[in-house]
Formats: sequence, C-alpha cells, structure tokens
Amino acid sequence: MEDLLHIGGRSIKSRLLIGTGKFSSYPLMRKALEAAQSDIVTVALRRVDAGAKTDNILEYIPKSCILMANTSGARNADEAVRIARLAKASGAGNWIKIEVVQDNKYLLPDNLETLKAVEILAQEGFIVLPYMSPDLSMAKRMADAGAAAVMPLGSPIGSNRGMKTRELVEILVREIKVPVIVDAGLGSPSDACECMEMGCAAVLVNTAIAIVRDPVAMARAFREAVSAGRTAYLAGLASSGSEASASSPLTGFLRNETR
Amino acid sequence: MILTLNGKQESIDKPLSLDALVAAKGLCPDKIVVEHNFSIISKEDWHKITLKDQDMIEIVSFVGGG
Repeated sequence: MEDLLHIGGRSIKSRLLIGTGKFSSYPLMRKALEAAQSDIVTVALRRVDAGAKTDNILEYIPKSCILMANTSGARNADEAVRIARLAKASGAGNWIKIEVVQDNKYLLPDNLETLKAVEILAQEGFIVLPYMSPDLSMAKRMADAGAAAVMPLGSPIGSNRGMKTRELVEILVREIKVPVIVDAGLGSPSDACECMEMGCAAVLVNTAIAIVRDPVAMARAFREAVSAGRTAYLAGLASSGSEASASSPLTGFLRNETR
Repeated sequence: MILTLNGKQESIDKPLSLDALVAAKGLCPDKIVVEHNFSIISKEDWHKITLKDQDMIEIVSFVGGG
C-alpha cells in the first residue's frame, strides 16, 4: 500500500514541503522545486512595489503543487486572518500557513494569537496549518479548533540549527491526532531525516535549500533524506542500549568454551 | 485629495476609479489583490469604486516565502 500523507482532505505523496523564499532567482527555485518533488509549496504575500518590474512567482511553481500562502508579517490574529483572506482572493486556494510573530530577534511564534487565527480561519473553510512553538496543550487546542496539521519549529527560522526542540516535538508526535510537520530551523538533510525517524508526518524546509551553493542538488538530498527517514520509521527503529550487543555469534570459534 | 496606498500617503488631483489607479501604477491586474478600506475588491468591481479623500488602499502580490 502506498504511504500517503492525508491532510486537508488530500492524499499527498511527498513529505517534504518547500518554502520559496531566499532563492537567488525564480528559475533556480523552479529547478529546486522539481528536484524536491514536493507537493506543497509555500509563498508569502507582500505589498507591491509599483516601480519594480518583477516576475510572477506563481509562474515558476509547478501547476501540480498545492500552494500554501503564509501569513508572515502578521503580528496578531486579526492581521493573520486579513492576510489569509487576501491570499485566497489572490487565487492561492484555501491552504494557509498561519504564522504570527511579534519577536523580530528569534521569530518565535505567538501561540495564543495563532490559536485565535486557527479558530477563525478553520470556521471559514481554510485548510489551516499553524506554525507554532511545540507546546502540547496549545497543539491540542489548535487541532480541536480545526487545524489540519500542527507545525512546530525545530529551531528558530533560518537558523539551520536542527532539532533543538526534539523532546517536545516527540510528545506532539505521540499525543496529537493531526499530522505533525516540523517547520523551521532544519539545516541539513540529516535534520530532516531525524524528524522523519521520530515519526513526524512531514517537514517544511526553505533556507537550508535556498541559500546553498547548489540548491537543486540540496533539494534532491532533502528529498532522499525525508524518504529514508520515513522508511526507517515505518520499519521500526531498533532500540538502543548502554552496553554492547554482539552482531556476530561469540561462541563456537577457535577457543574452547570456558563457561 | 489624499489616499493612503500601501502605507504611504499620495495626493491625487482628480477623482479616480480603482482600475484607473491600478493602470496608473503600471500594475498587472492578474498578479495583484486590492483591498479598499479593509474590504477585498474583486477585479471585476474595480471600476465601480471611485476613490475618496482618506481612502486606504492595499495592493499585494505573492513573493517567495517559507
């Protein structure tokens, strides 16, 4: 049976979600998206600069992808709701990543305002994926309010520091009924693999692909790492112990048994 | 009269419809969404809105983001 991610009424093949920020050009971004084979791609909404001639980013995102606009720039629930409605009116569909941040140093999410936005937007029929700090009771409340998934951070956005929140995210994986997608801070394919081995449903990666020397190759590396981690999780990881456990038989060779 | 367009004040000397404003700014209608006094206005309705003094206009489009 095919291993699919069920989310927002859709069955999705790829467990690697990609963000489109920070790529040096849209054509390069398109090549990376193709190499990642992602099904869900995030975009942001910004005020237009009347003077600047810029391409339409949507023309560089494969048509088969689900577009998920984020609410970055929102400092409270009302602004997130306003941005979500604008994104929907822009023709991005109804998938929305809620991102409410007041702290410009660490870009850590405001879980309370995020929850309020989840409540409103889920009621309005959006497929809502909140970016959040990995807090069990908040994740439960967001799921109860209609979040299609919860997206805890691994470490601060763009920091590339990996799974600093591992133990808290593990609790979410065990206790939360909706998919747990690690969003933010994953710096290397091994970080993504670690999340998948832990049983996370998917990961969202942007900076660690967009800013490297060869984003296309890195996108492929992340795809392979996510796939490897998922396969390992499904296979059931071996338990760890503090003492050795011989892989080869220790008896019946050269020496007489003494015991 | 004075408008606030994307957070910046602009003065215009004669009455202007929303679609004329978009055209005057050289924006491609297919790429943008327009909010007039906190209400989203669909493209088909731009010509029906005549801008008034102190109106707030937001014009947004998609960019890269994570």
